Amino acid sequence: MQDWLGPEEWKAVALSLRVSLWATVLSLPLGISTAYALARWSFPGKQLLNGLVHLPLVLPPVVTGYLLLLTFGTQGPVGGLLAEAGVVFAFRWTGAALAAAVMAFPLMVRAIRLSIEAVDPRLEEASATLGARPLWVFLTVTLPMALPGIVAGAILAFAKAMGEFGATITFVSNIPGETRTIPSAIYAFLQVPGGEGSAMKLVLISVAVAMGALLISEAVASRVAARVGGR
Amino acid sequence: MLEVRLTHTLGALRLDVAFEAPKGVTVLFGRSGSGKTTIVNAVAGLLRPGTGRIAIGERVLCDTAQRLHLPPHRRRLGYIFQEGRLFPHLSVRQNLRYGQWFAPRDARAEDMARVVEMLGIGDLLSRRPGALSGGEKQRVAIGRALLSAPRAILADEPLASLDEARKAEILPYLERLRDEVDIPILYVSHSASEVARLATTVVALDAGRVVAQGRAEEVLGDPAITPLGAREAGAVLAARVVRHHDDGLSELDACGAALWLPRVDRAEGVELRVRIAAHDVIVARGRPERLSALNVLPGIVQAVREGAGPGAIVAVDTKAGRVLARITRRAAAALALAPGAEVHVVVKAVSVAQADVGAAG
Repeated sequence: MQDWLGPEEWKAVALSLRVSLWATVLSLPLGISTAYALARWSFPGKQLLNGLVHLPLVLPPVVTGYLLLLTFGTQGPVGGLLAEAGVVFAFRWTGAALAAAVMAFPLMVRAIRLSIEAVDPRLEEASATLGARPLWVFLTVTLPMALPGIVAGAILAFAKAMGEFGATITFVSNIPGETRTIPSAIYAFLQVPGGEGSAMKLVLISVAVAMGALLISEAVASRVAARVGGR
Repeated sequence: MLEVRLTHTLGALRLDVAFEAPKGVTVLFGRSGSGKTTIVNAVAGLLRPGTGRIAIGERVLCDTAQRLHLPPHRRRLGYIFQEGRLFPHLSVRQNLRYGQWFAPRDARAEDMARVVEMLGIGDLLSRRPGALSGGEKQRVAIGRALLSAPRAILADEPLASLDEARKAEILPYLERLRDEVDIPILYVSHSASEVARLATTVVALDAGRVVAQGRAEEVLGDPAITPLGAREAGAVLAARVVRHHDDGLSELDACGAALWLPRVDRAEGVELRVRIAAHDVIVARGRPERLSALNVLPGIVQAVREGAGPGAIVAVDTKAGRVLARITRRAAAALALAPGAEVHVVVKAVSVAQADVGAAG
């Protein structure tokens, strides 16, 4: 692979994988909690939370990226505080991961929420009558039964993170080796004469990763669904 | 002893009940919509009653006057749901163990092997609920409730979703549960034969109120209490299997009176309870001669209750126990039936269905 890919291209692929993996893994707990709250609780401001979660889906990515820069930039209210604690997002790969996570979050929450809503609340009642406190009801009934949707949501989020461009380039720019993910690299290669070859290789990799993610998602989800369905 | 007192408003139904469930099976008996499931859900903690107090012995589960409402997981009640509600992602063995994980260490737990044997589910342990029949699912659900070391068992029409053959399969297990488990069982039903077979105590409900409560034989033998309507009335007799005869009949002894039934599937010497449906009983003045019916019992009319329609229910005390007969008002008048009248009650042996014969409890 490294022979076929130049060092520039390889760096972009490795970075994209790292950024997407971290974005997915770290946003999963928050995604599950948010989906659970939206699926099972009613509280004031629920529609507001729902809107907020879905905002990145409908906002222009450039706007999301700029808002991230304003908030998490070193001069921003959150970014400034975090910078003092030694966590810097602006123009770092961590920022790319944050942008990817924010952009992929609505897709993740949607998939998980649907699968939690599909869990029969009467099974949760049965669990409670057998002595399980609410946290255990969640861990032993809700979570395992929602697993197909959680797997699908995570893989969907990973694929979305792999392709994130607009918010990433606005928030953390396009720095080779630091924030130049596959889409940014394709864009950069297409800006220079003779870059089409490299761009095409990354396009092929993009297509392969996206297709692979969808196939794995389907396969895993159907296997888990069969197990959860009691067959 | 489970004590329940509550009021609750649910749509058009205004529930106002108070009753006690001692050891054995207490059947909440009444037609659909009389509030039975609401009461059980309030006992389980799945529903918060408007006002009321629910306690098992010293342990108060709910007392609205004290703003006390224990959540379901702290009540330790084994709930057998109508639809089983087994966890589809767990094997039968894991379903059975589920309640054990959460039971307190010092709880007097039923032995897994004994429960598995009692319910006949040993061959199902490694299967998943999706691969079980309706009857098997319900047996596992009974075992799961039992193994959670409950203070009482709640059962909400556990047989209602099953066909007659499956019901006949499960009822003996419920009878064993009643006879072998030492805690109160609160059982919801609108089936007269389930009540007759299982109930130690009957709480009859009508439109959200308790219309009668007491020992099963007394409540079911009272012509004034027909929570399902006169059509479903029927008294229960206690009897012992004496002998199985070659012509397919079983001879039973009910307090010294002989009862003839179609072959009963129990060993000789076993104590049984037999439900005699009121509409299968004929009343005669004087002893009828040359009659095809095998069971003719002399008795004294204890009460006659005339209904709004053409029917009447006559309660007759015989040597075998109280028998109810549903006859027409015209016949009651023609025979001059009144308390104290000497009569014979006639029951065709074949009219007693196998489903109406159960183990004594």
